[in-house]
Amino acid sequence: MAEPIGAAIVTIDGCVTVAVRDDLDDQAVLRLQDRLMEEVARRSAKGVIIDISGLEVVDTFAGRMLGAMAEMSRLLDARTIVVGMRPAVAMTLVDLGMTLDEVETALNADKAMALIADEPGLRSHRR
Amino acid sequence: MRDEGGLTRLLTASFDDIATRWIDEQTAEGVGRADLIPVDETRAQSRELLSALLRAMEAGGGDGPMADVAFDEVRDVLARIAEARIDRGVTPTEMAWFMHSLKPALFATIRSGDAPIEAALDEVMMAGRVVDRMAIHAMDSYVEKRETVIERQRAEMNEVSAPVVKLWDRIVTVPLIGTLDSWRAQTVMENLLEAIVAREAEVAIIDITGVGTVDTMVAQHLLKTAAAVRLMGAECVICGVSPKIAQTVVHLGVDLPNVVTRIDLESGLDYAFRKIGLKVVERDRDRERQRALRRS
Repeated sequence: MAEPIGAAIVTIDGCVTVAVRDDLDDQAVLRLQDRLMEEVARRSAKGVIIDISGLEVVDTFAGRMLGAMAEMSRLLDARTIVVGMRPAVAMTLVDLGMTLDEVETALNADKAMALIADEPGLRSHRR
Repeated sequence: MRDEGGLTRLLTASFDDIATRWIDEQTAEGVGRADLIPVDETRAQSRELLSALLRAMEAGGGDGPMADVAFDEVRDVLARIAEARIDRGVTPTEMAWFMHSLKPALFATIRSGDAPIEAALDEVMMAGRVVDRMAIHAMDSYVEKRETVIERQRAEMNEVSAPVVKLWDRIVTVPLIGTLDSWRAQTVMENLLEAIVAREAEVAIIDITGVGTVDTMVAQHLLKTAAAVRLMGAECVICGVSPKIAQTVVHLGVDLPNVVTRIDLESGLDYAFRKIGLKVVERDRDRERQRALRRS
């Protein structure tokens, strides 16, 4: 746990949550990924909630990272839900043709936790 | 062309004559529009404009550009007259004739004067140019004001025709009416996404009952909106799909794979209720009555 990742990871009710900030560079994002998965394994978490409400821009790299994290946590038997996407970000992603089908989304952390509580564990399709 | 003072003298000496002749000309051309503007008002406006013109001539405006500081008052008066007339439905043609009918009035007055022919012709040319400039400026103001009105109406229409309504807790709907061009589609999408955040909605119903035709472009816009809604974590239902729309979409070869569609708002709402875990149940009126009896 040498370098700081610049984002606080909090685990509540079996859900590992993190709010991502706009100023993370690519390296920091990869370190965040590591830390998140470590935490999921350590706590046998059933869910990962990634809050992107701080992101004004989500580019293709970020999109791929979110997809990757979803797949990783699936392998660890946890469900990843991305929350807090801004309308402008959603429109840009759609314009870029990035529908992020492999990533589950919810409006906020409350709804995400409700989803995870209802149906924990493996989910192979979004809906 | 420098004004030798002829026009100024003319206006000063024969102000009332010119004013009366001008108003008569307006009526003769049929642009008086007494039905829209009371005759007194027209008279007052015409005299006010003439006074402003006289002062502009006295200030040395001549037949120079209307932007000249000498014509400040003239421009003000023209703007006010144009605005008053537009609001009441006077047409551009009538507005143009209102201005141009000043020419015959001025020419007649010059003719009935005793200036030698050369000077009289100079005055006529001068008068012509001045009136032309005023008329063009009046038209410019007129068009500018009309465009402001159109722009405002367009904005209002957009507001009214695609409001996002909260149908139920966690359910929002946007009823689309009329044609859907790219600009409107973008606005609708933005409004819908903002509303989903604001209302914490889990289902968004897009009602296209009021949309006339669905061509490839409209279908693409709907697809984009549905995708954006899903990205934000809500469900999207498109309702109001008619048999005709269904045929069009299939014949166009538009792919609508992950989009939930329903025939009308009722089925759309039914789907939404199920998605959020609600059920509509008939009230048990017997039990309610008994409970009420027990309480009393």
